Amino acid sequence: MHELGIAKSVLEAVCSEVGKRAGARVVKVGLRIGELAGVDPDALQFSFECLVKDTPLDPLPLEIEFCPRQQRCPACGHAFCVADYETSCPKCGAAPTECIGGTELEFSYLELEET
Amino acid sequence: MTDRVPLERKVLNENDRIAAELRARFRENGILCLNLISSPGAGKTSLLERTLGTMAPGTRVAVLTGDIQTDNDARRLARFGFPVKQITTGGTCHLDARMIERALADWKLADLDLLLIENVGNLVCPSSYDLGEAAKIVLLSAAEGDDKPLKYPSIFFRAALLVLNKIDLLEHVPFDIARARENARRIQPKIEILEVSCLTGAGLEAWHGWLDHRCQRAQMEAALPAG
Repeated sequence: MHELGIAKSVLEAVCSEVGKRAGARVVKVGLRIGELAGVDPDALQFSFECLVKDTPLDPLPLEIEFCPRQQRCPACGHAFCVADYETSCPKCGAAPTECIGGTELEFSYLELEET
Repeated sequence: MTDRVPLERKVLNENDRIAAELRARFRENGILCLNLISSPGAGKTSLLERTLGTMAPGTRVAVLTGDIQTDNDARRLARFGFPVKQITTGGTCHLDARMIERALADWKLADLDLLLIENVGNLVCPSSYDLGEAAKIVLLSAAEGDDKPLKYPSIFFRAALLVLNKIDLLEHVPFDIARARENARRIQPKIEILEVSCLTGAGLEAWHGWLDHRCQRAQMEAALPAG
């Protein structure tokens, strides 16, 4: 249960980014979380709400895009989402394939409003 | 009027920055740093006892051990005569790069070849935090379930080595070791796997061999120009 710590990092990063943009108020935050990130989106939402409450940023919705594990086949170049833990290439059968998505724990956007 | 601006930034970029600095310092000094992760009770401290117990006096090894409370592990490990420091997180369920940086502040890295970090017992949270290690090692014991790799994929995905511990219990428990191996490889096809018993000592030669090999590699990398 480290989502509270992650939420704190999100809030600190938001504050530092907003600090760089004079006259802007942040009204929404977009995040990408991969299925291999080890972070539970619901717990993160809840932690973030708790942290933002009673701050001047409240209300500040967090939009989380959940990113499935994606692999790319080094043999045929096919990119695919992993289903049922199967990481060999569904097109040509090659294995192992390279992980190209699913570890994200990153921002995607800030929605800003002029003040 | 609202304006959506893209933001290319990792959530834990401050942790990652410190971890990158630590990694560069370890490389400069030819130190192999390993991050041991498992659920509580899988045998991290026992593996470290077995590791330190075979090392000749004067071996340039040190241990950082993380726990929420108590310095029990540091006391268990200090009796081998090597530098050991307890990091007591006071509730935090993982170690982060800043804790490592602080703990190393009064150690001279030039005096070390191997730094073993025992993370807080937890299969989830430690996987998110880079500590600057060369490799994460995950331990799974036969007293747990063989489906743990599927339930906790983030750590098995990031680990270079899986140590299956407590194999002395295999005849008494329903743990299917072949299935555990298969499940780990479904999550991370490249993961290396060792089977050991820290109680009986079975399989530990392979572990010492793995460690020696990685230490030599770290020394060789330090001799190469950076980049």
